[in-house]
Amino acid sequence: MAYSDKVIDHYNNPRNVGALPKEDPTVGTGLVGAPECGDVMKLQIKVNQETEIIEDAKFKTFGCGSAIASSSLATEWVKGKTLAEALEIKNTDIVKELSLPPVKIHCSVLAEDAIKAAIGDWKKKHDDNGK
Amino acid sequence: MVKLPIYMDNHATTPMDPRVLDAMMPFFTNQFGNAASRNHKFGWEAEEAVEEGRKQVAALIGADPREIVFTSGATESDNLAVKGAAWMYREKGDHIITCVTEHKAILDTCKHLEKEGFRITFLPVDGKGMVDLDDLCKAITAKTILVSIMTANNEVGVIQEIKQIGQIARERGVLFHTDAVQAAGKIPFNVNEMNVDLASLSAHKIYGPKGAGALYVRRRNPRVLLTPIIDGGGHERGMRSGTLNVTGIVGFGKAAQIAREELPRESAEMLRLREKLRTTLERELDEVYINGDLDKRLPGNLNMSFAYVEGESLLMGINDIAVSSGSACTSASLEPSYVLKALGVGEDLAHTSIRFGIGRFNTEEEVDYVANRVIDVVRRLRELSPLYEMAKEGIDLKSVHWATEA
Repeated sequence: MAYSDKVIDHYNNPRNVGALPKEDPTVGTGLVGAPECGDVMKLQIKVNQETEIIEDAKFKTFGCGSAIASSSLATEWVKGKTLAEALEIKNTDIVKELSLPPVKIHCSVLAEDAIKAAIGDWKKKHDDNGK
Repeated sequence: MVKLPIYMDNHATTPMDPRVLDAMMPFFTNQFGNAASRNHKFGWEAEEAVEEGRKQVAALIGADPREIVFTSGATESDNLAVKGAAWMYREKGDHIITCVTEHKAILDTCKHLEKEGFRITFLPVDGKGMVDLDDLCKAITAKTILVSIMTANNEVGVIQEIKQIGQIARERGVLFHTDAVQAAGKIPFNVNEMNVDLASLSAHKIYGPKGAGALYVRRRNPRVLLTPIIDGGGHERGMRSGTLNVTGIVGFGKAAQIAREELPRESAEMLRLREKLRTTLERELDEVYINGDLDKRLPGNLNMSFAYVEGESLLMGINDIAVSSGSACTSASLEPSYVLKALGVGEDLAHTSIRFGIGRFNTEEEVDYVANRVIDVVRRLRELSPLYEMAKEGIDLKSVHWATEA
């Protein structure tokens, strides 16, 4: 299978690999996919409570090169964005940036889901703290 | 420095031995005759070359040269053996026994016969890939005409108890065919010692040319008859019509001769390299699993799963090494190998399996390079793997509720 140069670059030099403390109230964690499907993404964001700006993002992905690249790119894109801006990221933007072939579109969908899940987790913590 | 890319997929095919090419060259040029031409020197030379090839191939498996039927390759040999016996002995019975880990050339041929009204028993294998001899005994009925069990498996390299299977078949008056494509030339294989009636062979798996194969057909005790699947000029004792592939047969013969002469030394060397690769990977990486029995295995075969690493990304990381993956990624769906499934390997591990096939021309430097490369990539991908992280935290991945649709 031929991968685009950008996919190969992210695969060889993945950005923001790692983990943030899950229990930290400023951290939101999204875990999407399933091992049987061959893709699992964990994307974490560290959010400034005041400004709602994503100050840091980390990921770990089990999956093909395109899945690794999609999640690596997602962490790059969400950093510095507000939660509202990050929610605007669409899987089609990822497909375009990485030139993903049709059979790999599900990787970009999973990356979008991971962003939404991480933001959802942060908001849940935030709402719980507010109670 | 090793030369890249490294070819370590010798179960798929092997590079041709230069000595084989040398033997073949004259038959591409000046000696182009048809082995069936009886009236001139060109034909006689071709026939002589074919008969020499026949002797060399027969010698590899301890057969009489008259028992060798040349074909286009092992897929044709498998088809001829199974369909040919089924059609010839249909009045005697309609039952064939084979096994779930056979090559598609056997499985699909059996399924074809099933549609014609034959009954097929597909024997299971155990977790090591072995057929249970009791299962075989119980499966044989008065209507059974053929047992077809491969000698060595092409994916996991597991070697079946061929001698005992042949003995059981013979005692019960059933013909025994074995697909010996991966075994002949790699391990000692003798049709008489192993009670084999029909055996499929291929040239390109033993450093010969593609497009040349053979079927061993026993002539005595019992004399095996086959209904041909290709009709025509009555070549090869009427069992396989068609102008003989003289060049291919010359190459096949030379390859068989080299394999026979070098087998003891070569198989010891393959085993040494395979064991070096295996022990290095096992020492440096945790949670790696060998698929199939380790001892009853072809010397050059290693089939290993690397837990928590996705197969396609692993292959992407070792793209300067030609190996084979147990997971065939077709379009968006991942289809794990049916052989690994039959061994009871879970889908998660089947997807992360790699088949290493070490061959005559692999060097120790190449084995070292491959081992280091695989270790680096597996470690790197595990650093990236949320599953490895969770497993290290003591989370049972099977207990996690995975949201497939987030």
